[in-house]
Amino acid sequence: MEFLSYLISGISLGSVYAIIALGYTMVYGIAKMLNFAHGDVIMVGGYISFCAMFYLGLPNIVAVLLAVVVCTVLGIVIERLAYKPLRSAPSLAVLITAIGVSYFLQNSALLIWKAAARVYPPVVEGTASLFGGQLSISYISLLTIAVCVVIMLALTTFVNKSKMGKAMRACSEDKAAAQLMGINVNATISATFAIGSALAAIAGVLLCSFNTSLMPTTGSMPGIKAFTAAVFGGIGSIPGAFLGGLLLGIIEALAKAYISTTLANAIVFAVLIVVLLVKPAGLLGRYVPEKV
Amino acid sequence: MAKLTTKFKSLKKTTKVDFATYLGVIAVFIVVTVLQNGGMLNRKTLGLLVPICCYMSMAVSLNLTVGILGELSLGHAGFMSVGAFSGVIVSQSLLTAVPNAPVRLAIAMVVGAIFAAIVGLLVGTPVLRLQGDYLAIVTLAFGEIIADLINCLLVGYDASGLHILFNVSGTKTIDDLGLDATGYAIIKGAQGATGTKTIAGLTAGFILVMVTLIIVLNLTRSRAGRAIMAIRDNPIAAQSVGLNLTKYKLMAFVTSAALAGAAGALYGLNYSSLQSVKFNFNTSILVLVFVVLGGLGNIWGSLLSAAALTILPEALRQFADYRMLVYAIVLIFVMLATNNPQFKAFFAKLLPRRHSAEEKEV
Repeated sequence: MEFLSYLISGISLGSVYAIIALGYTMVYGIAKMLNFAHGDVIMVGGYISFCAMFYLGLPNIVAVLLAVVVCTVLGIVIERLAYKPLRSAPSLAVLITAIGVSYFLQNSALLIWKAAARVYPPVVEGTASLFGGQLSISYISLLTIAVCVVIMLALTTFVNKSKMGKAMRACSEDKAAAQLMGINVNATISATFAIGSALAAIAGVLLCSFNTSLMPTTGSMPGIKAFTAAVFGGIGSIPGAFLGGLLLGIIEALAKAYISTTLANAIVFAVLIVVLLVKPAGLLGRYVPEKV
Repeated sequence: MAKLTTKFKSLKKTTKVDFATYLGVIAVFIVVTVLQNGGMLNRKTLGLLVPICCYMSMAVSLNLTVGILGELSLGHAGFMSVGAFSGVIVSQSLLTAVPNAPVRLAIAMVVGAIFAAIVGLLVGTPVLRLQGDYLAIVTLAFGEIIADLINCLLVGYDASGLHILFNVSGTKTIDDLGLDATGYAIIKGAQGATGTKTIAGLTAGFILVMVTLIIVLNLTRSRAGRAIMAIRDNPIAAQSVGLNLTKYKLMAFVTSAALAGAAGALYGLNYSSLQSVKFNFNTSILVLVFVVLGGLGNIWGSLLSAAALTILPEALRQFADYRMLVYAIVLIFVMLATNNPQFKAFFAKLLPRRHSAEEKEV
């Protein structure tokens, strides 16, 4: 029973990672860049929903929607101002710019909302009690898992069936060829950033509900771990991000419970290294041999 | 004199740049020492001198991996951490055996470098088979693992020698080491190293920077260095002419790790208390920013940007809360200005000759 409760908390934490990892993986798949500012968009989503709920007194669902809208706009603005001018630049330059954006968001949050951690009450309260009270699961865990599954299904359908999704796949395969086929590559990349940032907002709300706290650095560590999850599952692959996120969450929760709290992160990263050594393109990634 | 001039003119351009770099560092060291002895530096600036030397050395060594080998490493601070803590342990254990501080510092830095090199070899051997962003993520993961492992480390020293305990469960304290009456703690888990005798100084920092420069510049200009750069430019072509990829990649990576370890040892012995959190992902990124802003593969650029960007946040203190914001904006703007085609064309109009020279180097 104890194991089951750890497992469920792992799955729900993993679901949050999976949602964040989806944002990383989509942006990487199309723009071929590591968007280090993604973790900080999560934090912004958390703060926007927090402010909407407590200062504006909006109902929770409206607050979440507001956070999604603000983050989507933020994602598009960041892409437009910082990444788009560097489309043809070396990838390292884009990486450093992304780090700059990440610092910018973190320090802006520090100025606006101050460094002290806020208590973030879960958007859904209460716990479900199963097996005569032996196993209790908070509603927020269940909600997180449900949201993750819905997002996963919706995103897979979108990418595989819709016209925009097709354009995205084409761009990730070959930008120049996609452009020749009449696809607006810039608009497609902007759309990817918009979707990734909207997902980040949802992840922000769920993450803060899970941790019940919020501060300007909230997004960094989950951001790094979700990025790891994306690589773990095979970066650029949507089911890979989902699988990687879930596995990472489960490993982390079980390591915390049974091995060591302080070493949980080290264990997560060690598993990643081992997986990458055995499967260099991640669990579900495609290995593309270099042609000469 | 005329003979010297002609001899200087006949030197290769890279050799001239290298000599200018050495001379520049020596000149700056002399100026700073004179200022220091004249009492013209305030305490805040004095406190920055050793960290600047460490970061310069870190930036030059990371440039070897990122600029010259062409592999993105996001865990350089991990090697610094290994060097720092092994250096602190060595220095604190030798307090009575080697009372002479500079000698002890030298031993600590060498040991720090050796340990970092060993870890670099262990990490590099499997990891350098990966490519591009995967290598980056593994080095990132490695940096986080090191920080976590050091958080679990309990080290003490007494008459019977070193006591090391690995605190996996998180329940052990320094008392579990079983130190005798003369014993003292060196590393206390998450609290890090405390009560370290600070023996680092500017002269040691200067020597560190010079040694780093001599090693990196000589390696770069040697046959091995040319092999490393060939691998960066085109691994397949390099392999086809018979270069051993793994050997040269490891050579650059391990050298870089060892130098970071030495810098870490100096850094660790500059503070009486030091936590492993200091060497997390953000520090790796900070050093990477030095390297990229200074120019990939450009050694004196790394020195300059490491010094400038360590001083900049301090100089911006008057803006208090806004300083990191300003830093972020400067960072984004510099990246846009140096990499955006429109910006570049604009600068090319202002400085037509310099631009064409830069293009040729690329």
